[in-house]
Amino acid sequence: MTSIELPAEHIQRIERDGDVVAARQTGRRIAAEMGFGRPEQALIATAISELARNIVSYAERGSITFRAEDHAGRRGLRIVAEDRGPGIPDLAQAMSDGFSTGNSLGLGLPGTQRIMDEFDIRSIPGEGVTVTVAKWISR
Amino acid sequence: MAVRVPILRQGRTLIASFQDDLSDSDILSLQGRVLEDVIRHRATGVIFDVSALDVLDSFGTRTLSDIAAAVQLRGARMAIVGIQPEVAFSMVLLGLTLSDVPTALDLETGLALLARAVP
Repeated sequence: MTSIELPAEHIQRIERDGDVVAARQTGRRIAAEMGFGRPEQALIATAISELARNIVSYAERGSITFRAEDHAGRRGLRIVAEDRGPGIPDLAQAMSDGFSTGNSLGLGLPGTQRIMDEFDIRSIPGEGVTVTVAKWISR
Repeated sequence: MAVRVPILRQGRTLIASFQDDLSDSDILSLQGRVLEDVIRHRATGVIFDVSALDVLDSFGTRTLSDIAAAVQLRGARMAIVGIQPEVAFSMVLLGLTLSDVPTALDLETGLALLARAVP
């Protein structure tokens, strides 16, 4: 198996609309370099787009961190979306299809969970939201 | 801001070709321009060619669906053509089916689809 040297971590600041595009392009590029296939690259880019937009829409600013991981030869990309916005009072409700407090379809979070292999969301109301997702290269 | 999506005209059909990865504000500005052009040119059909897009997320899909609904209210029809296979797959997993907007494989098929719809 060929190994590509990747920076251990890449952080993208998310403050406006254009950063959402930049984040998903960065994520796709890292995923391609890691050896993810095109369908997985599209899933990763879509998930990043949803997470980054949530930051802009609800918290105004935050960051997305990309981390290439290797667990016993299994390679994956971990993505952490963090903000210090108002937080989510009811996580179960936020994770149900069709629920939205903003002007959206309410598919962003539950949809992101469906397209990634791992999904974790934590929020303390008033202190922000941290969403961690991961995708593993299938073999 | 530069125009990111040129809108071409062929007869009474408008063709908007997405060239690039678009931000939310690019897509929103397109919404207004398409409706203005539909009125100005008395267009009967609008085609969105998204074959250059490698992401269509929930915001993009909802906005395209909103534009299609507004175009319909103006008496024209809209079709989306060229959704890439992996984009289609991501959309379905995300829960986005665009079932209210006609879609076609490519521009040619889309033009034929709209031609059939308008007598």
